Amino acid sequence: MMDVRGNFPRSMRISLFITCYNDTLFPETGKSVVRLLERLGHQVEFPFEQTCCGQMHYNTGYQPEAMPLLRRFVEVFKNAEAVCIPSSSCVAMIRDHYSKMAEAAGDAALVRDVEDLLPRVFELTELLVNKLGVEDVGAYYPHRVTYHASCHSLRSLHLGDLPMRLLRKVRGIKLVDLERIDQCCGFGGTFAVKNGEVSAAMLEDKLRCVVNTRAEVCTAVDNSCLMHIFGGLHRQGAGTKTVHLAEILAATEEGMA
Amino acid sequence: MSIRVGEAAEAPSFQKAAHMLLKDDQLRTNVRHATDVITQKRSHVVAEQHDWQQLRDAGSAIKAHTLRFLDHYLDQFEAACTAAGGHVHWAADADEANRIIVGLIQRQGGREIIKVKTMTSDEIGLNRALEANGIHPHETDLADMIIQLGHDQPSHIVVPALHKNRRQVREIFMQAMGLKELGDRPEDLTDAARRYLREKFLKVKIGFSGANFLIAETGGVCVVESEGNGRMCLTLPDVLITIAGVEKVIPTFRDLEVFLQLLPRSATGERMNPYNSLWTGVHPDEGPREFHVVLLDNGRTRILADHESRETLHCIRCGACLNTCPVYRQTGGHAYGSIYAGPIGAILTPQLFDMEHSQSLPYASSLCGACYEVCPVKINIPEVLIHLRGRVVREQQSGASLEAIGMKAMARVFATRRRFEAAQRLGRIAQWPFISQGWIHHLPGMLGNWTAVRDLRPMPSQTFRNWWRGREKGNSND
Amino acid sequence: MTETTSAARSAIFDRIQKANSSVQARSQVADYAAISREYQQSASKHRAAILETFAERLREYDARVHQASSMTVAEAIRIALAEHGQHSALVANAFPKEWLPDGLSWRAEADAEVDAMDKAEGAIVTCKVAIAHTGTIVLKDARKLTLLPDRLLCVVREDQVVETVPEAFARLQSLATDALTFVSGPSATADIEMTRIRGVHGPRFLDVVLV
Repeated sequence: MMDVRGNFPRSMRISLFITCYNDTLFPETGKSVVRLLERLGHQVEFPFEQTCCGQMHYNTGYQPEAMPLLRRFVEVFKNAEAVCIPSSSCVAMIRDHYSKMAEAAGDAALVRDVEDLLPRVFELTELLVNKLGVEDVGAYYPHRVTYHASCHSLRSLHLGDLPMRLLRKVRGIKLVDLERIDQCCGFGGTFAVKNGEVSAAMLEDKLRCVVNTRAEVCTAVDNSCLMHIFGGLHRQGAGTKTVHLAEILAATEEGMA
Repeated sequence: MSIRVGEAAEAPSFQKAAHMLLKDDQLRTNVRHATDVITQKRSHVVAEQHDWQQLRDAGSAIKAHTLRFLDHYLDQFEAACTAAGGHVHWAADADEANRIIVGLIQRQGGREIIKVKTMTSDEIGLNRALEANGIHPHETDLADMIIQLGHDQPSHIVVPALHKNRRQVREIFMQAMGLKELGDRPEDLTDAARRYLREKFLKVKIGFSGANFLIAETGGVCVVESEGNGRMCLTLPDVLITIAGVEKVIPTFRDLEVFLQLLPRSATGERMNPYNSLWTGVHPDEGPREFHVVLLDNGRTRILADHESRETLHCIRCGACLNTCPVYRQTGGHAYGSIYAGPIGAILTPQLFDMEHSQSLPYASSLCGACYEVCPVKINIPEVLIHLRGRVVREQQSGASLEAIGMKAMARVFATRRRFEAAQRLGRIAQWPFISQGWIHHLPGMLGNWTAVRDLRPMPSQTFRNWWRGREKGNSND
Repeated sequence: MTETTSAARSAIFDRIQKANSSVQARSQVADYAAISREYQQSASKHRAAILETFAERLREYDARVHQASSMTVAEAIRIALAEHGQHSALVANAFPKEWLPDGLSWRAEADAEVDAMDKAEGAIVTCKVAIAHTGTIVLKDARKLTLLPDRLLCVVREDQVVETVPEAFARLQSLATDALTFVSGPSATADIEMTRIRGVHGPRFLDVVLV
């Protein structure tokens, strides 16, 4: 593997906000982020006091319940040099709503803290490409892969081709385009339960597109969509697995051996 | 005040209606085909309009400005329209609008009217009110005719009959028009409509329309259409009655240069629709000799009062959010139980009702954001949906619902690290009974909606934070 | 009725004023002037390209386009009508009669009742302005005349063609209170399976003579 460390101006101290569901359900994603960032020469820290960004409460209509979670997030991360979040929907929650929530609470100090912190909050691919200036992270992943663009990554964070730029530099990978890539997979948080049947119909369309790619792996920057998609694929007995983008970027030839 | 939005107050919840509609394969095929065609056409003509985002900005800004000075512009419109020979009427709710309109028609001794597509008349239930008073309304828009003759409900704002295919339309026309033979090519069906309606256009003395825009500066009205049935209704009868929501007013004639670029491209994917009619009051030797406009509130001023969601009133009824919505594309419009379907319907209908009905609609969205992206007047529909969900939760006042209890418990869990970590441990224990061969295939209660079509991987034995903890202690080989 | 409507009027205005009591930071005039209008408002193409776009857009709408000079308008109209096998027409009141071809059997709009319009072979009119970008012609008055007959022929002078919609509105400002009709191709519908069908209730054929 080439030594990529020399490409970067300096080593950064990066605070990982793993998110509540990744912490609990997808620890491999977090481990991969840590391995990846450390491999690139950065120092990762994990503040234990972190819990949840408040997205589920906020989006379901329990906005007052999300407020203490906002305060908690700001308190935990306000001194971070950079916050890395491997989940675009949680970044969207923070970026799109925190300022408005703080203003609505009439807390001027909190508004200042939020505005001060927001420019240091990054989704994983934003951090890699925009902040750290790297596209080739030295990964090796010899599989047929299709990329699912989550709605928040597309229409809230406007990640554009950042994930694909990273994936194209992965050695051994065979990338296959997913048709109707801008169509929602039907997860939508509590929508998947509150409107389970419509969510299932949307999932069926997405699964058809995924299966058509004949990919071994479907990847994304959100494990929430992937949990939904993999759950459907497994129920149908399809062979495709889902893997968070961080896990692909963390994979190396040494790791495979 | 009694607000009416078609039959929406009696409609079943979105979930219940969707449950039935998802089984209708023909309907879903028709809806999918139609929305695919329109979204493709739209993308093409939007991509070629290099100043599209600037037009959206201007459209949104004009609407936001107009709402801030709505009283001023309505006053100005009324004065200018009256000066040009028109009559302006005000209706606080649906019943009052219907009374005014029935009164105007009865004063003419009218027994029938010709109508050009107006969603607002469907909102107030005008046809039913007319029929109750012995007045027959002839819908003249092709799609509205299909709906009226087939005793159906509209399922789309712009293309109300997109859930019907050509064979279904043929059946409806043959039966209603008493035809023994009729082809099923769209040309044949369109031709049948032309012949059926031409006689009505020439004979009926009262025309009825909605309005796309009311121009405060001139007192003028603009109607945008494709078929020419609108022009028939607007110019041939002796008397013309127009209904419009109070939010339809725009400040100046010039402002149309923005909306007439945004609307056709968004609505039908055309650079310009075939016909736009503009008139101001009564014109000597041209068109109707009497013109009435009924300005309707029916809940709109209450939407105005909620500053978090008043942008709902920017809507120019283009339907682009319906066509792009992955939820609408699955269920079609009838699931929304309202003549206003899709994402805009999901925010408009419950608000018109002041959240007293249609409370399932704000949840009829995965918040994917496609609606906001295409909205020509930049209504941030996902944000408004979230805001309305907050109102639903507050106003249900049933802090004891299972969901509310669960949400409050989760909030307590996330409030401290200790509780969060305890819950993670507890979750691993609680899931044991449901795991088989490494997967969860069935869950009880609401969560059963998840496992109905998806498997769930159980929580792994180690959380990320425990891995990190071990790593810090040097127990990890990573 | 007058009483209830005026009661409704004052109730509506009360509610609007209450809803807006906290949001009117500046005057209506200043607030309107502050609206951002960064969209294209003037022409960006050469005249020849603008006219070419106009003709191209019209053709995309299934309209026929005929070129003429001021000397050959009558001849162009004759040819256009002959292609349809049309021998007679109703002519808009404002149409310059010297442009009518010899041998055409025509009647003036003012002399025709609705029934005559319904039965007429076609109508001949001029426009006020035309928009290249959208393939639109803007007509003043003659609303029934340009609607009932199955064929519409419109003479457009080249200097009436602008590139963009905003330029057209600038030119139309003095006609803002007139009865205007924007026509973009023949009447059409896509209500059945999104298949575009030409000619529902309005004219099925549109001919434009570009002078």
